[in-house]
Amino acid sequence: MPLIIIVGAIVGALSVLLVLAGNPANMGVCVACFLRDIAGGLGFHRAGVVQYLRPEIAGFVLGAFGIAVSKKEFKVTGGSSPVIRFVLGMFVMIGALVFLGCPLRMVLRLAAGDLNALVGLVGFAAGILVGIQFLKRGFSLGRSHAQEKVNGYILPIMAAVLLLFLAIRPAFIFFSQSGPGAAAAPVLVALAAGLIVGVLAQRSRLCMVGGIRDAMLIKDYYLLSGFVSIFVVALIGNLIFGQFNLGFEGQPIAHNDGLWNFLGMLLAGWGSVLLGGCPLRQLILSGEGNLDSVITVFGLLAGAAVAHNFGLASSAAGVTANGKVAVLIGFVVMAAVGALSRPVILGKSQRVEKSVTA
Amino acid sequence: MSKLIDARGLSCPEPVLLTKQAMNEIGQGSFEVMVDNQTACFNVSRVCKNNGWQTEITVEGTDFRIAVSK
Repeated sequence: MPLIIIVGAIVGALSVLLVLAGNPANMGVCVACFLRDIAGGLGFHRAGVVQYLRPEIAGFVLGAFGIAVSKKEFKVTGGSSPVIRFVLGMFVMIGALVFLGCPLRMVLRLAAGDLNALVGLVGFAAGILVGIQFLKRGFSLGRSHAQEKVNGYILPIMAAVLLLFLAIRPAFIFFSQSGPGAAAAPVLVALAAGLIVGVLAQRSRLCMVGGIRDAMLIKDYYLLSGFVSIFVVALIGNLIFGQFNLGFEGQPIAHNDGLWNFLGMLLAGWGSVLLGGCPLRQLILSGEGNLDSVITVFGLLAGAAVAHNFGLASSAAGVTANGKVAVLIGFVVMAAVGALSRPVILGKSQRVEKSVTA
Repeated sequence: MSKLIDARGLSCPEPVLLTKQAMNEIGQGSFEVMVDNQTACFNVSRVCKNNGWQTEITVEGTDFRIAVSK
């Protein structure tokens, strides 16, 4: 059985267990929500109900870092369009916060019966299809090159510092007293889960956007099988523990504005294809020394801060007007980046043959 | 001399796209792909094998040279 199916099963199971241990409903793991919570904990935004230094994120980075170093796969590279990546990261986060979930949470919500996530999934797939069209017409963020090793240690060190802050609770770090930010599994449980996922995701190359992208682009189902495995195991877990509730209405930390669930995830999917990986994958690559992914993570954080400061993020009450405008702006930005970032890589046009599928 | 595709430093899925393009253009024969990380190495090898091409990987420093043939 391919490693990724086992990894998907473990990720699905851990996600269900994290909710039982105290994480918000249908949010055992959500890279977008958790980075947003960290942005809140650091004071980058002041939305009181979503401020908490989620240890799962530190776990993903440190787990990936540790296993990469031990397998001699830690390699510090960077320099391929960092500013574009930062901005794309911001818009991927904005899209995710309009839908209320990263691609992984989308799957977990679906596995809990939240049919709004099905709408999101269709939007996500549509966004990936759009991103693929740009890839086939020569879009690229260019080449990265080896960088000084010390650069690659910085994010893992920051992750460790976040854990330290979580432990000592300095006065300048925010902790939600209510709302999703106050719903959290015990620190050591969340950290352990994060480390395990970090290691497994690094070994298996788990990536939610790659799953659909590869199926569409090259008819390769390796990554998709991991995606499906997460869904199946989380579904079984939710049924066993009574966390399954089928429908569109009254779903936890979700809204049922179908159009914007679709468009929000379209933006997230499109941007993730341009970035070369979903938010979880960006964290894992960051741990491996990929500085372009580190910049993307910074962009995701900045996007989360902006989303709450500018009133872009959705809530159970629905989507905001500012959020809709931001998603539309995001489409324009991604189209512009996709059309304009076309470096000539091999000394000739990068037009890909029509025989590459989709 | 074999056609060489330098996919070092390119983001996922560009190395695979370039490899797929080469397989379609060449049809039968051989070419080489250079990548600079294990993930791209796996992905390129996978797409070659899925399409009936053989691969042979040589480590060159911190890079990987993948000789692809059919």
